[in-house]
Amino acid sequence: MWKNIYLWLDERLGFDSLYANLLDRPEPKTTWWNTLGSASMFLFILQGLTGIFLTVYYTPSPDHAYDSIQYIMEGVAFGWLIRGIHHWGATLMVILVFIHMLRVFFTASFKFPRELTWLIGIGLFLATLGMGFTGYLLPWNQKAYWATTVGTQIAGTVPFLGEFTLKVLRGGPELSALTLQRFFAAHIWIIPAVLAALMGLHLYLIIKHGESHSPTKED
Amino acid sequence: MSGSNELSRRDFIKVTTGIVGGLIGAVIGLPAVYYLIDPALREGGKDAWIPIGKFDDMQIGVPYPFSFTRVQVNGWERTASSFGGYAVRKSDSPDDLLVLNSRCTHLACTVNWSAEADGFLCPCHDAKFDIAGEVVDGPPPRALDVYEEHRITEDGIVEIFFKEG
Ligand code: HEM
Ligand code: FES
Repeated sequence: MWKNIYLWLDERLGFDSLYANLLDRPEPKTTWWNTLGSASMFLFILQGLTGIFLTVYYTPSPDHAYDSIQYIMEGVAFGWLIRGIHHWGATLMVILVFIHMLRVFFTASFKFPRELTWLIGIGLFLATLGMGFTGYLLPWNQKAYWATTVGTQIAGTVPFLGEFTLKVLRGGPELSALTLQRFFAAHIWIIPAVLAALMGLHLYLIIKHGESHSPTKED
Repeated sequence: MSGSNELSRRDFIKVTTGIVGGLIGAVIGLPAVYYLIDPALREGGKDAWIPIGKFDDMQIGVPYPFSFTRVQVNGWERTASSFGGYAVRKSDSPDDLLVLNSRCTHLACTVNWSAEADGFLCPCHDAKFDIAGEVVDGPPPRALDVYEEHRITEDGIVEIFFKEG
């Protein structure tokens, strides 16, 4: 019976060809270095899940942000675990994405026909850094506050547009409730949406072109 | 080597992936569920015996005012609420004690004892309750609420049992 249900669904959804295209595609001889993109994607999903769980208790308001995180760490069962995974996962993701980028650079995989995969990858790298930058402010402790003060000030030194950029980032001339709220929105909605879209394109191109061969002595 | 009883390399990888994936899912998934439902598993823990004054300080026929504050902690937020009332002794007997809540039964203003008027007066809409808490005059729909459960400790302190809500 299961077989029939499977066949019925497969006729309409086409798992088999999906499976063949996504997971059973031909691969050149690869190494563990070729797994780093998938590892980055796994971390992105893990960050998404733990992040969703964190928003169940976290409050992005200057009055309560710090206390709500204190509560997650001490008041809720396994809050320390969920926050711990999200915290260390963030650092690990930046590192993995960066090493993945280095691997693509050293194997010269960014060349024709994969230039766009590389360009989209740059977008992915910047967006990943953006996640780190916006997430760092959310605990609203001293370190977070001053890191963001300095970080936004750096944007403020850009000629002509600097002052305006600084105000857009902070939601005004000073760090305030508006800053915290917009960093939160960027951290949980805007940047993840950008990341997901770019990852979709990235993966589409990888499947289309297939994995590049590792360079040989002749190359 | 590839007899029908042997596991092929492919199947081995499939099974291992499934097991490892399932383990990771359980190790993260179960705590995550607990994390979500944790607040629902907490005891209220808000009921308490609250001392309101010395029994000997309460004179027969003269309502004895008291007040206390309860702090409620909900996650990272604390709300303090004030409560008050009057202990009324009707006779010498320690059993003959009536503990009234001073919250007006109309719209929750605080009533005050007035010796002149011989009653509890509400400043908001001029209601009047008698010494037993019954409505004498004004809009309140019912008598003042009573703290039913109270006791006198060995040291002669009157305590009331406070229930949340
Ligand atoms: C969120 C971050 C990223 C995710 C989730 C991701 C995901 C992936 C995945 C799953 C692959 C398949 C092969 C592999 O794992 O090596 C891949 C390949 C590739 N990635 Fe990324 N990537 C990310 C960031 C980047 C960055 C920052 C760059 C470079 C600027 C980049 C450039 C490329 C290129 C050119 C390929 C094709 C490599 C080849 O065909 O050998 N990616 N990516
Ligand atoms: S609230 Fe007391 S009379 Fe209206």
